[in-house]
Amino acid sequence: MAAPGEAAIRVHGLSKSFGQVQAVRAIGFDVSQGEIFGLVGPDGAGKTTTMRMLAAVLQPDEGEIVIDGVDVAAEPELAKLHLSYMPQRFGLYEDLTVSENIFFYAELFGVSRSERMSRSERLLSAAGLLSFRRRLAGQLSGGMKQKLGLVCALIHTPKVLLLDEPTTGVDPVSRRDFWAILYDLRESGVTIVLSTAYMDEAERCSRLALLHGGAIRHCDTPSRLKESMPGALLAIPAADPRGMRDALVGKPGVLGVLLMGDRVHVRVDDAAKRIPELHALLEGHGFPGAVIEPTEPGIEDVFVALLGQGSAS
Amino acid sequence: MNLRRLLAMAFKETLQVWRDPRSLAVALLMPLMQMAILGYGVSLDIKHVPLCVYDQENSQASRAIVDRFVSSGWFSVGHVISRESGIRYAMDRGECIAAIVIPVNFSRTLAASGSAPVQAIFDATDVNTTNIALGYAQGVVAQANAAVAAQWNSAHAAQPSLVGQTEIEPSVWFNETLDSRYFIVPGVVAVILALVGAQLTSLTISREWERGTMEQLISTPITALEVMLGKLIPYFVIGMADATFCLAVAIFWFSVPFRGSVGTLFVTTALFNVVVLGIGYLISVRIRSQLGASQVALLVTMLPTTLLSGYTFPIDQMPAPIRALTFFVYPRYYVTILRAIFLKGSGLADLWAPLLGLSLYAAAIIWLAARAFRKRL
Repeated sequence: MAAPGEAAIRVHGLSKSFGQVQAVRAIGFDVSQGEIFGLVGPDGAGKTTTMRMLAAVLQPDEGEIVIDGVDVAAEPELAKLHLSYMPQRFGLYEDLTVSENIFFYAELFGVSRSERMSRSERLLSAAGLLSFRRRLAGQLSGGMKQKLGLVCALIHTPKVLLLDEPTTGVDPVSRRDFWAILYDLRESGVTIVLSTAYMDEAERCSRLALLHGGAIRHCDTPSRLKESMPGALLAIPAADPRGMRDALVGKPGVLGVLLMGDRVHVRVDDAAKRIPELHALLEGHGFPGAVIEPTEPGIEDVFVALLGQGSAS
Repeated sequence: MNLRRLLAMAFKETLQVWRDPRSLAVALLMPLMQMAILGYGVSLDIKHVPLCVYDQENSQASRAIVDRFVSSGWFSVGHVISRESGIRYAMDRGECIAAIVIPVNFSRTLAASGSAPVQAIFDATDVNTTNIALGYAQGVVAQANAAVAAQWNSAHAAQPSLVGQTEIEPSVWFNETLDSRYFIVPGVVAVILALVGAQLTSLTISREWERGTMEQLISTPITALEVMLGKLIPYFVIGMADATFCLAVAIFWFSVPFRGSVGTLFVTTALFNVVVLGIGYLISVRIRSQLGASQVALLVTMLPTTLLSGYTFPIDQMPAPIRALTFFVYPRYYVTILRAIFLKGSGLADLWAPLLGLSLYAAAIIWLAARAFRKRL
């Protein structure tokens, strides 16, 4: 195991192409032991390809992955002993019961019977699945399936846990269970890499890599990413957010406009100077008396701002 | 190789087959149905060929000839007609495929010279049946000739020739009653095992790809060899159970004489199963959809097995290039072996040639299969 503070995962110059499409372009990052590292990006950004290469199920074209001191490309099978990987698509056997799936994965990793019993008891209860042991995995709900996937992935206490969009399609309660388990794992020193398209989930990570077009655009803690966001963020409540957005896009000093439910987030170069201008502008477009206030950026704002998209439509 | 991982894989695969209605149907129902269809349906024997008789004389001698045809069991008289055009009419309507015409002066000619012609007419649209029926007809006539010659000789007090008459006395070994079912049923067993085994294993890897379980499986430390052996063990057990069932049906239901040893049967059947399962597995590794894999498995096994294994069409009578091709058709070895064990009681030593062929095949297939599966997306 890597010494405390030393990188549990080191990725350097990692690239992968499928035919003409360059899915991942020379990415590199380090993850320390006990970190929850998030890969964030839109669909097609290269998240899944990166996760598959980390899990040693996909051969990189170029670059190096070292997990817990093992060169993954050179010795994939050795690396797999201490890895756990949960693919984006449910990867367990739907025609096997919850217990049978756990048994199968425990045997593949050589977990002893007593260890399996105690660990599956603990994990199933944390996941709220204790009463579903005899149910076929195919008959579980989406959220329960993902939690079962996590249970199977954790039955052998891996040192590194790789989760590819683990909570996509999962209900809020199951998601809370899921994250509670992840926090416990971090306490016990497991290194976690997860990819997500959910911004609220990205905020829970200790560090984030913003992936776009196969490259890492920014990589830092969520709070520092927010600080690095250029300009200032203003929030404007609106009855017709779309109409307001259309009125604001492309106006002087407006760097970006983002719809946030019943509000519009406007990123401007200089808040003090632009707030009066925006008041006037909105009056002219039929939005009199708009309340314009500075606001703390969420990770979604940062993401959109840093990736240089004018507006998310 | 880790035995625990291998057994875990075997256990998981067994559960999946047990819970998959399609696999169960292939494993349990297909042998039963094919044994019934092929065992009963495919017969090279022809019994009760519908025969049309145009007896122009209707004498004691002519009726005796007709009786010989009927009592042989190969023919049954469907029609007795009184006009020559009636033959054509009956054949057109499919009421008979053979006709005999006995001329009006039959008994007189016979009495005078000791021989008289009888005309036999065949509907040769089905050449195979006609050939066999023709053979039977010649046999009946030969018997009649012998009887007539004996009568004539005694009536004319002729001296037996000094050199004596040379007679061919056929002596049939191993399948004494010349029942083609004894010849075909062991071949049917080989065909069924080849089809069922390849069908089952063709699904095993493609199922993992299709259902999305492969990605997680290959992220574990299980090795490719453990995957292969773990997956093949349950199918080997099923294959041997199917073989036991089919062979038992052959012996106890179709009453094919079994003269060999059960041990020889077991060893050769196990070897054959290894080849069959290996081929299905290879197909499964190559084709990532279950439907595609099972179609390819059907194509690859069905045609060569039914046409080129020698189970109905004798290999000796094939043109040389096709005959050379049959050496690559693995069921031919097992068909040969099964027939020899059943009808001749051959042991392993007698069967060295087909056993060698089958062993080389097994070695090549296992070698290829072990290398085919890569733990990569």
